[in-house]
Amino acid sequence: MSDARTRQVEPMLSRDDGPAPEVSISKDMIKRGLFVAPLLVALCGVIWGLDGVWSSMYAIAIVLVNFALAAGLVAATARISLGLMMGAVLFGYLIRLALIFLAVFLVRDADWISLPALGATIIVTHLGLLLWELKFVAISLAHPGLKPARP
Amino acid sequence: MEAFSQLAALTGDEAKAASAAGSAGFAYGLAAIGPGIGIGYLVGKSVEAMARQPEAAGMVRTTMFLGIAFTEALALIGFVVFILIGL
Repeated sequence: MSDARTRQVEPMLSRDDGPAPEVSISKDMIKRGLFVAPLLVALCGVIWGLDGVWSSMYAIAIVLVNFALAAGLVAATARISLGLMMGAVLFGYLIRLALIFLAVFLVRDADWISLPALGATIIVTHLGLLLWELKFVAISLAHPGLKPARP
Repeated sequence: MEAFSQLAALTGDEAKAASAAGSAGFAYGLAAIGPGIGIGYLVGKSVEAMARQPEAAGMVRTTMFLGIAFTEALALIGFVVFILIGL
């Protein structure tokens, strides 16, 4: 009775010591984010003026740090146990939302902030980077994470 | 009770601003519940898949990370609506 169907699964005791694909994906997204940041900042500058420039830079920083935190949390906890990874992802979701709220709450009355520019840049950067990254991700057993570079 | 009496004492624009902030906070709370459930379900199934098939863990983690980020986008949209209306 030890075939695959009846095998006991212990997610709390299992762990993943392999390479961390989410770290490489996150680094790649941060790299692309920094690459397109001047374009987004310039666009916000045209629409919302100087306040838009500072706000969009702040929003891009929030999104990139959020990606880095999410990836780091998964990578660090998966090496300990999969159960811990699940807990860390769920609590991490709450903590990261709270950190984003705090980051915006602290600057909401600053002279240089434009909330529409901040909000628009957060959504556009987050979704844009994710959709762009899909083109470079290889979901295969041979190459978990990013597609290998062409020789 | 003191908070309610303070709220009742507000008039005009103050009451309107207070109710807008309260409604925006409530809406943000509702907007965060859905992605929370989604991420919980997604990660639970991913952990199960990794425990059953450790050789596919890298692939599952890649998909899981992207899924988490896409699901979180919903919460971020709720957050942006919150900061535009109520903050």
